[in-house]
Amino acid sequence: MSVQTWLGRIPPFGSWPALRQLTGEDRLGLGAASRSPHTAALRARTATADSVVKSICPYCAVGCGQDLYVRDGRVVQIEGDPDSPISRGRLCPKGAATLQLTTGDQRRQKALYRPPHAAYWQEIDLRRAMDMLADRVVRTREDTFTWEEEGKRVRRTMGIASLGGAALDNEENYLIKKLWTALGVIQVENQARVCHSSTVAGLGTSFGRGGSTMFMQDLQNSDCIVIQGSNFAEAHPVGFQWVMEAKARGATVIHVDPRFTRTSAVADIHVPIRAGTDIAFLGGIINHVLSNGLEFREWVLTHTNASTLVTEDFRDTEDLDGVFSGFDTGTGHYDMSTWRYEGVDTKGAAGAAAPAEESGTSEETSSVKGAGRGESHGSGGPSVGTGEPVRDETLQHPRCVFQVVKRHFARYTPEMVQDVCGIPPELFAKVCDALTQNSGRDKTSAFAYAVGWTQHTVGAQYIRAACVLQLLLGNVGRPGGGIQALRGHASIQGSSDIPTLYNLLPGYLPMPHAHSTQTLDEFVETEASERGFWGNMRSYLVSLLKAYWGDAATADNDFCFDYLPRVTGSHATYETAKAMKDGAVKGFLLMGENPAVGNADAKLQRQGMAKLDWLVVRDFTLIESATWWQDGPEVQTGELRTEDVGTEVFFFPAAAHIEKSGSFTNTNRWLQWHHAAQEPQGDARSDLWFMYHLGRLVRDRLAGSSNERDRPVLDLTWDYPVEGPLDEPSAEAVLAEINGYDADGKHLSAYTQLRDDGSTSCGCWIYCGVYADGVNQAARRKPHTEQSWVAPEWAWAWPANRRTLYNRASADADGKPWSERKAYIWWDPEQGRWAGEDVPDMQPDKPPSYRPPKEARGPDALSGTDAFIMQADGQGWLFAPAGLLDGPLPTHYEPQDSPVVNPLYPHQQRNPTRSLLDDPQNVLHPDPGTPGAETFPFVLTTYRLVEHFTGGGMSRTVPYLSELQPELFVEVSPELAAERGLEHGDWATVVTARNAIEARVMVTQRMTPLLVDGGVVHQIGLPYHWGPNGYSRGDSANELTSAAMDPNVHIQETKALSADIRPGRRPRGPELPRYVEEYRQRAGITRETGRGTRR
Amino acid sequence: MSPEVTREGPQDDRPGREATVGSAGGRGPGGDGRWGEGRRKRRGRRGEALMVPRAEFTSYYGRPVIKEPVWEERDIAGYFFLGGLAGASSVLAAGADLTHRSTLARTAKVGSAVAISASLVALVHDLGRPERFLNMLRVVKPTSPMSVGTWIVSAYAPAALVAAASTVTGKARPVGALATAAAAAAGPAVAAYTAVLVSNTAVPAWHDGHREMPFVFAGSSTCAAAGLGMLGASLTDAGPARRAAVVGAMTEVVATRLMKARMGVARETYETGSAGRLMTTAERLVAGGALVGAIAGRRSRVVSAAAGAALMAGSACTRFGVFRAGVASAKDPRYTVEPQRARLASGAGSTQQSHA
Amino acid sequence: MSALRGARLTDPAAEAGWGAQERPRMGFFTDTSVCIGCKACEVACKEWNAIPEDGLDFTGMSYDNTAALGASTWRHVAFIEQNAPVGNQEAGVARAREQVAQVEEAQGAQRVDLGMPGIGPDPAGGSQDFRWLMSSDVCKHCTHAACLDVCPTGALIRTEFGTVVVQEDVCNGCGYCVPACPYGVIDQRPEDGRVFKCTLCYDRLGEGMEPACAKSCPTESIQFGEIDELRERAQARVEQLHGAGVTQARLYGEDPGDGVGGAGAFFLLLDQPEVYGLPPDPVVTTRDLPRMWRTAGIAALGLAAGFAACFAGRRR
Ligand SMILES: Nc1nc2c(c(=O)[nH]1)N[C@H]1C(S)=C(S)[C@@H](COP(=O)(O)OP(=O)(O)OC[C@H]3O[C@@H](n4cnc5c(=O)[nH]c(N)nc54)[C@H](O)[C@@H]3O)O[C@H]1N2
Ligand SMILES: Nc1nc2c(c(=O)[nH]1)N[C@H]1C(S)=C(S)[C@@H](COP(=O)(O)OP(=O)(O)OC[C@H]3O[C@@H](n4cnc5c(=O)[nH]c(N)nc54)[C@H](O)[C@@H]3O)O[C@H]1N2
Ligand code: SF4
Ligand code: SF4
Ligand code: SF4
Ligand code: SF4
Ligand code: SF4
Ligand SMILES: [Mo]
Repeated sequence: MSVQTWLGRIPPFGSWPALRQLTGEDRLGLGAASRSPHTAALRARTATADSVVKSICPYCAVGCGQDLYVRDGRVVQIEGDPDSPISRGRLCPKGAATLQLTTGDQRRQKALYRPPHAAYWQEIDLRRAMDMLADRVVRTREDTFTWEEEGKRVRRTMGIASLGGAALDNEENYLIKKLWTALGVIQVENQARVCHSSTVAGLGTSFGRGGSTMFMQDLQNSDCIVIQGSNFAEAHPVGFQWVMEAKARGATVIHVDPRFTRTSAVADIHVPIRAGTDIAFLGGIINHVLSNGLEFREWVLTHTNASTLVTEDFRDTEDLDGVFSGFDTGTGHYDMSTWRYEGVDTKGAAGAAAPAEESGTSEETSSVKGAGRGESHGSGGPSVGTGEPVRDETLQHPRCVFQVVKRHFARYTPEMVQDVCGIPPELFAKVCDALTQNSGRDKTSAFAYAVGWTQHTVGAQYIRAACVLQLLLGNVGRPGGGIQALRGHASIQGSSDIPTLYNLLPGYLPMPHAHSTQTLDEFVETEASERGFWGNMRSYLVSLLKAYWGDAATADNDFCFDYLPRVTGSHATYETAKAMKDGAVKGFLLMGENPAVGNADAKLQRQGMAKLDWLVVRDFTLIESATWWQDGPEVQTGELRTEDVGTEVFFFPAAAHIEKSGSFTNTNRWLQWHHAAQEPQGDARSDLWFMYHLGRLVRDRLAGSSNERDRPVLDLTWDYPVEGPLDEPSAEAVLAEINGYDADGKHLSAYTQLRDDGSTSCGCWIYCGVYADGVNQAARRKPHTEQSWVAPEWAWAWPANRRTLYNRASADADGKPWSERKAYIWWDPEQGRWAGEDVPDMQPDKPPSYRPPKEARGPDALSGTDAFIMQADGQGWLFAPAGLLDGPLPTHYEPQDSPVVNPLYPHQQRNPTRSLLDDPQNVLHPDPGTPGAETFPFVLTTYRLVEHFTGGGMSRTVPYLSELQPELFVEVSPELAAERGLEHGDWATVVTARNAIEARVMVTQRMTPLLVDGGVVHQIGLPYHWGPNGYSRGDSANELTSAAMDPNVHIQETKALSADIRPGRRPRGPELPRYVEEYRQRAGITRETGRGTRR
Repeated sequence: MSPEVTREGPQDDRPGREATVGSAGGRGPGGDGRWGEGRRKRRGRRGEALMVPRAEFTSYYGRPVIKEPVWEERDIAGYFFLGGLAGASSVLAAGADLTHRSTLARTAKVGSAVAISASLVALVHDLGRPERFLNMLRVVKPTSPMSVGTWIVSAYAPAALVAAASTVTGKARPVGALATAAAAAAGPAVAAYTAVLVSNTAVPAWHDGHREMPFVFAGSSTCAAAGLGMLGASLTDAGPARRAAVVGAMTEVVATRLMKARMGVARETYETGSAGRLMTTAERLVAGGALVGAIAGRRSRVVSAAAGAALMAGSACTRFGVFRAGVASAKDPRYTVEPQRARLASGAGSTQQSHA
Repeated sequence: MSALRGARLTDPAAEAGWGAQERPRMGFFTDTSVCIGCKACEVACKEWNAIPEDGLDFTGMSYDNTAALGASTWRHVAFIEQNAPVGNQEAGVARAREQVAQVEEAQGAQRVDLGMPGIGPDPAGGSQDFRWLMSSDVCKHCTHAACLDVCPTGALIRTEFGTVVVQEDVCNGCGYCVPACPYGVIDQRPEDGRVFKCTLCYDRLGEGMEPACAKSCPTESIQFGEIDELRERAQARVEQLHGAGVTQARLYGEDPGDGVGGAGAFFLLLDQPEVYGLPPDPVVTTRDLPRMWRTAGIAALGLAAGFAACFAGRRR
């Protein structure tokens, strides 16, 4: 026996590495011999997990798949789901931080209550808090209920408002809207308003649906991708892999952005642009295309309204110095009748405010016009009226749309682009060339945009401009071609589809407007269109009413149509904040939104909340919107004293996505189910639980009431099965209701089955089919490796599981692909059906040769070549004869606060129809060129960083994300830094008429001055994620922004404004409001400043 | 390079990682050229206006490339000094025993025992997890001077302690003699290995001196032991110590100068700042101590002691100086990058060298 | 350490005595040309390894607030703003800046010196070019790993995958590995005492999973796989980029003949390594160890001999 083996037998030596060195192969002790038993026993916690639960990332709308590893009932690891066709297992920093977000100790577990005037929170029993809340809802509703407004039936309360939904599940949004609607609460809003509302209006009026036309993976087919108004790589990083995929296939990637961002860093061409001028840029390309005959003529003729004639009465902005015909300087509104097609009789048409126009007064017109009608084209284009439009297939007629568009954009020359946008002509030419060379029969280009486009006073028209361009180039409905609308939160698309929005009912059915008498039929008459699928609107609405009120909804009582509360004008987020400040709103519920930092003119938001009787905040942590009364900015400045604030505040900890089941609808309209993996802790509950039980408690309190007011509440179908120890309502049951049932109680499978006689019920017609055959289609997770590249068996997309919208346009008039390379959907004459990997956006067996008979209505009235089946004329709209309040064509107007005189229309500085909130806090900057304007000489834009998320509630509270971007900074060019004496790394104060904030200075060449109209314009960049709470803290950019809004949808202009910047920190305490006041005085600002329509 | 696309969609595998950023930007040969020409012209015209003096090298925001040692200066420089003192003293002790210089032997033995104990304390104190000190004995790693050193010290320290104990107590003399011999045998290794320990790092001022560092340390150790001998032994016994001081000081001074001369830019760290001051002081102290000791130390106990103390202090200064120079060279990326750049530029980059 | 044996090391795991347990050598090829600087890798690594958050420091180093690899940062994304082009990329900011400068110059204004603290201008270029480089750095898992070689406790080991890992239960925080690493990767966590660095997700590799950072990377900038395959891929990639006009592309650390015997995690860079904070020609310190031992032996003998000499001669 050798010494070694002998020694090895003695216990302490047996495991002695030095001995193993002698006995084994690892003589140097570098590996095997040195390994400790602990190391040998290492197991990945993914391997020791009890189960893997499938989920979806709760942050952004890309909708990356997540695998939740669960051990002993708790989630121990979260990572990307490799099966997902969207994300293929990858996650961005936020997705990767989800474990800390959901299981970190920053999360609150206890319900809290702040009594009126108290300085501190108290813990409160959850059940007691719910009871107190139910009492308050009932009482406030009673106190503020109105049946009529100026003689018209409204059946509503303006005393309660609710905000939030984009971060929640579809099922939760559904219950929120349903309960509030029954209670007569109409001020129901969510992030969609401030985020992408203009998308719905812009895309909807152009194509018939308000969602992204394409899906993320389809970008790999693009030959050129123009990313503009989006910072794709930072805001949708995992989706960006498909841009890289396209790049690998040879695509040209162009990024048009005021700043050189992480997207620009990997693009082929970066184009710096003055914020707020994209219409001029896009118009320039449109002009380039049209004046050089570069349009895809055959496609344009087949699929757009280019050949349709516009009435003789129409006058362009070129004729009227910046406004279209029909403008009323007094009201600031358009009469849109002159924009209509020749040969068509408008009945006022949806969006054109028929009801009020009929009844007369201009005040009413403006009320309807203010009511966010543009957004109701999310899945059904505007009505164009009755009659056969006149066409000129030669496109020669001076009044055909093609020629009208051509004339409208003729002055958008490269020189004009330079003067407006500050883009050198050579650079502009490169974009024109890349885009046009990569469009046509064999090639397709895509536009990807997000809120760099939506958040403008002309937001909807920005998107329209891209639509016009893409329609001219034939880049819609074809592989690699389209408009990729990159939306925000995990389910912001869902919260628009199943809207927690005041102006919409599920499926983009408009909320009815107050009216002296309006029956269901009259309502449908004015809202539905004759042709296309929007012609079946009555079925959708009746089925919804059946879903809401079940057996109580009968043909005899108009299916309870009268139960719906009525809107009068805009009750959007900003108007509601103002209504709060004015004292009209008594109770407010925040369910996953943080207006105290996330909304424009944050100070106004807080001032509004300070007037409430009661406020409810449901969130993971004590966000700024929950604590403004305690230590908010106004408390710091002394403008607000805690003891003076009489608002009762309830804080309910929210359950996270890993603690509840439900579906998110991603940016490409995909509904993806996430399964609960653990029980929420402490008092944390899902929003589904909250809404359901709140509804139950309220109904208990109203039970037995014979007051007609309470009928909608008591008749409401509100009997969802509950499960588990916490009595969690079944989200699947809610989804099934959304999907709908037929007369026999069987699950519907397509919206084509919906009937207008009350025999079907459906909570959201465009989601009909998501629970087909009683199977949760949103939970489908067939790995992308096991199906076609379109991945139709992963989750479910609306409408009808279609992934590319308008895909009929991928084929020519005869149904043949435009080219083999770009084949997608084609007519298979043998089968007599449309074929391809995707669901055809067409009645599947309608041949290309089909021509509708004269008397046809609805879908049958569309021909076999019509690719835009939600449009009244089946076509893509180059010119929008209806639907938008600020013009049939996009026109460049300057942002509300701009240091530049509109180079295009010097007498028409801004969108004449823009919407402005009138409040002493929400003051605006002087017109450029007028005295005081030079006080705010720079262009400011606000945006995101990949490391943070929106208002910061989900990132500034998370240490792993906070450390990556620990402080608010302001990005300036070296030139501006030199001009203003700003030092890199030091502090700077940024000021507008609303407020002043401080930030660390980042001097970087990623910012550049621009040559605009012969002068130099400096731009300032400011991320908007910060606020005074959380782990990483700082001032909010929204102290600076204003509530100047797009007229169609009331989205705020947070992307382009003017400001001043100075070195050093901002004043503190009472000095701060004084400092801002000084600025206001220096600029000569009054409440009227900047509000004129023409100059 | 148009990929294969069929009616079933894209067929070929062209993963996103193959994206060639900037390939389609259109300013290269394939581009319109307008930009390129203009740029060249402009660059010539206004070059001077913007020209920032060309830097010697580039770095990432001036941040260090390597990590500076996390060692506590007092612990580790002290450990080097004490280890050197101990190891060299043991040799001195054996010589004293053999030549029957009892006061010298006693001083050296006790000194080495105290020094090695203190050095071990310093070493353990510096550990992030002192309680895991014994993990040093898990393995025997010839690639790790610290491991080798640990084993050497493990053999040495008991011997040194036994030798000292025997001398102090006067008991177990044969064992004591054996221990003295063993300690003397290990002593030089104890004194020298720490030079390898420091040199065997990526720290420029240390690694780039690896050819001379053992001599610097050996010389310095000799000085320390000799100094201690002069301090503690009788004038008559201290003769070899005085001679050793001269040898040690000469070795240290010459080796240090040679080291700096052959080092390249990192020598600056030995010549500037507090490291520079320490090194200068060290040189003066050891040279002075040796000289004074040799000339006057024979006659005066006080002078001898003073010279001895100077030698010990000088030795310590050397260790602290070397330590600080290392830290300074690690902090400034220049010392890491420039020699490597130069190596590459001369075609002698490590790529070209074999691993012989 | 093969340096002791004088052989070129191709199979570090074999050297570490894994025998039959040995698995193909795994590593990273990080292609910085497709990095979007999203830092998902940093976060994924922290989440998987439960690494402490280490400070809210605004550095002003472009978008890099992590600053460097360290005990609590095992992935670090570097950001570099430069006046230089990437291939044919048209950075419009540069063109716009030039346009403005020309107009202002025509009006007699002085040019602004773009030099700014922190974000140093590239001395060679003017303001005409601009690019923003991003690169995710990590432990190189060197073929000749200095950290591993010098570790006295055997806390650092070469795994059966050829990677280099610290065993947290063994490390006693002696700190030796810290200055030994030629890349400045491994570091001590002061509040803990031990050292930490990337494990190349040793625990995950054991389960056949890919490392957390590579898995999360949205653009596959971080590619994980068998080293041999990755080396081929890297070669092909540089050629592809050169063909596409990105002539600045170069590989770093992939050469088995380099000073560390080739890195197990190597990179495609668009500029000199030092621009990214990487050493241009790193050498494993233990390459010189045999010579150091020899020298030390001579010095030790010299010391003994010196003393002996001092005792020689008559007693004075
Ligand atoms: N990491 C991260 N991802 C997110 C979010 C987040 O907060 N963090 N938020 C999510 C949400 S809610 C949304 S809505 C999306 C938003 O996604 P994005 O719209 O991509 O995000 P932003 O950074 O707000 O704006 C995009 C870019 O628009 C630029 N820009 C500003 N003004 C203009 C302009 O006038 N014209 C043009 N062309 N560009 C302009 C800005 O410089 C910015 O780079 O991101 C989602 N994803
Ligand atoms: N200046 C400027 N302002 C902007 C923008 C801009 O670009 N510039 N962008 C705008 C855009 S696009 C948007 S979308 C908004 C976003 O602004 P907000 O929506 O106000 O900001 P978030 O921080 O996303 O707020 C959502 C909150 O919901 C919480 N939450 C998440 N999941 C759940 C859940 O399941 N239940 C509950 N109850 N709560 C949950 C989160 O913790 C978070 O606090 O900001 C807008 N404001
Ligand atoms: S935040 Fe968006 S991109 Fe990032 S992981 Fe989540 S879903 Fe994906
Ligand atoms: S390496 Fe990948 S994950 Fe890391 S920053 Fe770059 S792109 Fe993001
Ligand atoms: S890079 Fe440094 S820490 Fe990593 S293996 Fe190499 S020597 Fe060790
Ligand atoms: S600090 Fe730990 S890992 Fe590093 S050398 Fe010492 S024992 Fe080894
Ligand atoms: S391999 Fe694992 S440990 Fe290393 S950086 Fe990546 S995630 Fe971190
Ligand atoms: Mo958003």
